Amino acid sequence: MTLIRADGVSRTYRSFSLVGAGAARTALAGVSLSVAAGETVALLGRSGCGKSTLARLLCGLERPDRGTVSYRGTPLARLDRAGARRFRREVQMVFQDAPGAVNPRFDIRTIIAEPLRHLTSLDASARARRVDELLEMVELPASLASMLPSQVSGGQLQRVCIARALAPSPALVVLDEAVSNLDLHLQAATLALLKRLQQASGLAYLFVTHDLRLVERFAARTVVMDAGTVVEETPSGALVELRHPASLLLKSAILPPLPARMPVRMAARMPAPAPVA
Amino acid sequence: MTAAPPFPTSPAPVLPTPQTLSIEGLTVAAGHDGAGPVLVRDLTLELRRGRVLALVGASGSGKSMTCMAALGTLPPGTRTLSGRVRLNGAECAPEALRGREVATILQNPRSAFNPVRTMRDHALETLAALGLAGPDSEARIEAAMAEAGLDEPARILPLHAFEMSGGMLQRMMIALALLAEAPFLFADEPTTDLDLVVQARILDLLQRLVAARGLGVLLVTHDMGVVARLADEVAVLDHGRLVECAPVEEVFGAPRHPVTRMLVAAHLALYGLELAP
Repeated sequence: MTLIRADGVSRTYRSFSLVGAGAARTALAGVSLSVAAGETVALLGRSGCGKSTLARLLCGLERPDRGTVSYRGTPLARLDRAGARRFRREVQMVFQDAPGAVNPRFDIRTIIAEPLRHLTSLDASARARRVDELLEMVELPASLASMLPSQVSGGQLQRVCIARALAPSPALVVLDEAVSNLDLHLQAATLALLKRLQQASGLAYLFVTHDLRLVERFAARTVVMDAGTVVEETPSGALVELRHPASLLLKSAILPPLPARMPVRMAARMPAPAPVA
Repeated sequence: MTAAPPFPTSPAPVLPTPQTLSIEGLTVAAGHDGAGPVLVRDLTLELRRGRVLALVGASGSGKSMTCMAALGTLPPGTRTLSGRVRLNGAECAPEALRGREVATILQNPRSAFNPVRTMRDHALETLAALGLAGPDSEARIEAAMAEAGLDEPARILPLHAFEMSGGMLQRMMIALALLAEAPFLFADEPTTDLDLVVQARILDLLQRLVAARGLGVLLVTHDMGVVARLADEVAVLDHGRLVECAPVEEVFGAPRHPVTRMLVAAHLALYGLELAP
């Protein structure tokens, strides 16, 4: 079932300064994309290719200049009150810059409980229980709840943001470079955690990234963007099939797993194929 | 190129350019009186010209502190308790290294530039600070920019940082570093904020400079892919201590310390590889 769908969406930004309007810059030109319930789609591209703009349109943070975004079959602009409320609860976003995405004066408990206050009818004690549950879900100690963002590490704060996104039991979480700022081993651990959560609850992810290395192990389908358009789409297992010049450029930029002077088989071995979830 | 002995026999011949830079017994602690937690403990490293030494470790393990202490640029609230730096075995003051012997490039080049000054201002200031300003300034600047892969100096020099992309700024920072003709380079997460394609090009550039100029590089990174791409030797830090230092093939093929094993295993997992048992 299609959860969310963009049909031919375009978005142009215009800068303004003291001397008047600057040149318009087209960030998205007629892009279509859909995410099914329970699916993980990777949105891949270089800086400035429009992938974050598309993510913001899908979350309803911005409106397209042309084209429509539909949630469960209804265009966002035509959602009624109840529908809009449901959309806001069910589509959540995690941003790249965790420190910039939280209120530095709120403690971790308040940060995670914020969507619960606005989007659910839980009372205070039910919210407190849910926050404890969420902290456990993202594998953070309960003692973190009373701390301020400045008192926890970057990796922990990103998990707090993930817990906040999961708080209202969403159907889709948009991860906009959500792990890019973490140490590599934390990136891998966070993606493994997200995958476990998906297996438990069946939520869908739109995983916005520029790092092909992360895609293969996390997403079921990969969409490559370049210069404001979708240029290629493939099942993630078939990344070798990517042929578009923009995709090839991304592939050529992948860092090597091992030093050049060392043959692969000498150091590491391929594990048995992982069971398909 | 032949490496000079670490300690020149006396009377020491005055070498035109130093071949080794060593940091010995470096200990850095927090607190103005140095009574706070120890951030770097009894660290010893040696850089050689024409080689890349990668300094790796988790966030907060003391990588950047080591670079800053070696150049006498520690932030307020931290102090070097012991340790010295030697050029070709001769002890010298950290301040004397800065710019002349060791050039530096940093993560997030945007914040390293003065927002109201043009690229030309920065280049001229760099030359003036090093006492190299003269009638050939413009030619020197253009040569350094060409070496850093900036082909249109006339177009770029009048620009401010906000008018340039992250990749261009990092190339400009490398060009400024080259202006000093310093034999060593400290590169602190030089590609962390850059798009993957730009990152690959910057790493290619650094590799060319190491080969062409015999630059000795201390490469601080958290990405083992960058290490595999560029490093000759790897030093692993954990909580301010050097836990392993070995040639890059050894670190990937037979890491000894648990921290090194964790870093390499998490990196290889991204490629579907496992650490050899």
